[in-house]
Amino acid sequence: MDEQFDPDQSANVSRAEWMGVLARASTTSLAELIKSLGELPEFNWLRQPEVGAVMTRGRAGGTGQVFSVGEMSVTRCAVTLTSSPDIVGHAYVQGRDIEKAKSAAICDALLQTNRREEVLRSIIAPLKDEESARHLKARRKAGATKVDFFTMVRAES
Amino acid sequence: MYVATKGGESAIEATHELIAEERRGDTTVPELGTDQVRNQLGRAVDRVMTEGSLYDPDLASLAIKQAQGDMVEAIFLLRAFRTTLPRFGAAEPLDTSKMIIRRRISAAFKDIPGGQILGPTYDYTHRLLDFDLVKEGANATSAPEATATEQTMPRVTDILGAEGLMQAENREEIEAEPFDLGRQPMSFPANRDQRLQNLFRGDEGFVLALGYATQRGYGRNHPFVGEIRMGFVEVEFTPPELGFTISIGEIEVTECQMINQFTGTKDIQPMFTRGYGLAFGQSERKTMAMALVDRALKASELGEDRDHPPQDEEFVLAHSDNVEAAGFVSHLKLPHYVDFQSELSLLRGLREDALSTQDKEAAE
Repeated sequence: MDEQFDPDQSANVSRAEWMGVLARASTTSLAELIKSLGELPEFNWLRQPEVGAVMTRGRAGGTGQVFSVGEMSVTRCAVTLTSSPDIVGHAYVQGRDIEKAKSAAICDALLQTNRREEVLRSIIAPLKDEESARHLKARRKAGATKVDFFTMVRAES
Repeated sequence: MYVATKGGESAIEATHELIAEERRGDTTVPELGTDQVRNQLGRAVDRVMTEGSLYDPDLASLAIKQAQGDMVEAIFLLRAFRTTLPRFGAAEPLDTSKMIIRRRISAAFKDIPGGQILGPTYDYTHRLLDFDLVKEGANATSAPEATATEQTMPRVTDILGAEGLMQAENREEIEAEPFDLGRQPMSFPANRDQRLQNLFRGDEGFVLALGYATQRGYGRNHPFVGEIRMGFVEVEFTPPELGFTISIGEIEVTECQMINQFTGTKDIQPMFTRGYGLAFGQSERKTMAMALVDRALKASELGEDRDHPPQDEEFVLAHSDNVEAAGFVSHLKLPHYVDFQSELSLLRGLREDALSTQDKEAAE
């Protein structure tokens, strides 16, 4: 999950992967990065932004019977591009964040057009790098609290 | 007798204004921001999200501010809000083996693959009040960094399970939809899925007390902390209109796996049994208590005696929810004027009857 994103491999990025990156992105980062695309394409709402909840589930013991855990807030929406109405951009993003959902749906739509390379390079790659850096920092701070056991040698001779 | 009661509107309006004023407090002190609650009172936020049954740190922070830090009230506010959200569906089960780990310890094994990671914990603090925290603006610190922990670490219980020493967590071939207290009323006998969801939302104090009781002999079950892990996990969801699974976010959770003794029966080889705890955020105490009670509630499945309250699922599940409990206790504050009048006149009548009988007896 934390591999460096390689833009040269971008052709291999699946839709599920970029949708996940957009969903987990911080609102401010996505809002900042999307400016680099210049004027956004014209679009129509296929589904207006809607705030709702998804029930998270767990497994007993981590591996066993499925149980309902608790809900999490999610915002979803869907757009079509005026230039190519067959393309539908979807977004399901964590939190109650209509702006972020809109940006994510537009990105998802553009990623299905000939602007894919551009969006991968200027939005998905930096977001993924930011997430990797955040995870690495957490793991490095956790690493500093790793216990080094040493055995006391008893003084018997 | 039915007595229509009107009035009190202006009193109620004034009490709303009074709590608003009290909430804000001394206006020469800066107002508390919900971002401050989220960032600096994180454990309160975690508890409100867990027992409020909604992962949304911003809303939980707002609830805590609005309730002036009254946790049960904040949980109630979040639960009430939750009911206004349309349900988009249910996520794939969380895979805690893929957790980005911030803390991970085992009290059963010293040397575990990935190591013992203390993470942020109060365990090794001296529990002395730190008066430096009174001074504002002097508390920004940066924790040290070292070699990163491994990207994923195996769950300790899975290692034991591979040796066959651990009771397996059974998984149905075709998995039924799990019970959901958000949409179904409680029912008995309860299966493990209903019990776990109930304990997840259950009041931390109540679940902790029951877990403590099991340790003190009321449903004794010899626990070891197999593993506690805390960190970030992805939430995956399959929107029907897409037909494939996507990640829709990342949440922080704590998981506790207790290892318990079990002597075995003539049909079953002796093996360890287990209790499971899970909570949103950093909620270690809650997950430990939940794991103890989860194990105690397995009593009948394991053919153990059910002599104590923590083993009695009706007792545990019906009383664990602090929103329900607070509601039923609070209803005693509602006007019961008529009920009470009838009891009062009944009591007066009884006493008069008793007195006149005494008088009669004295006269005879």
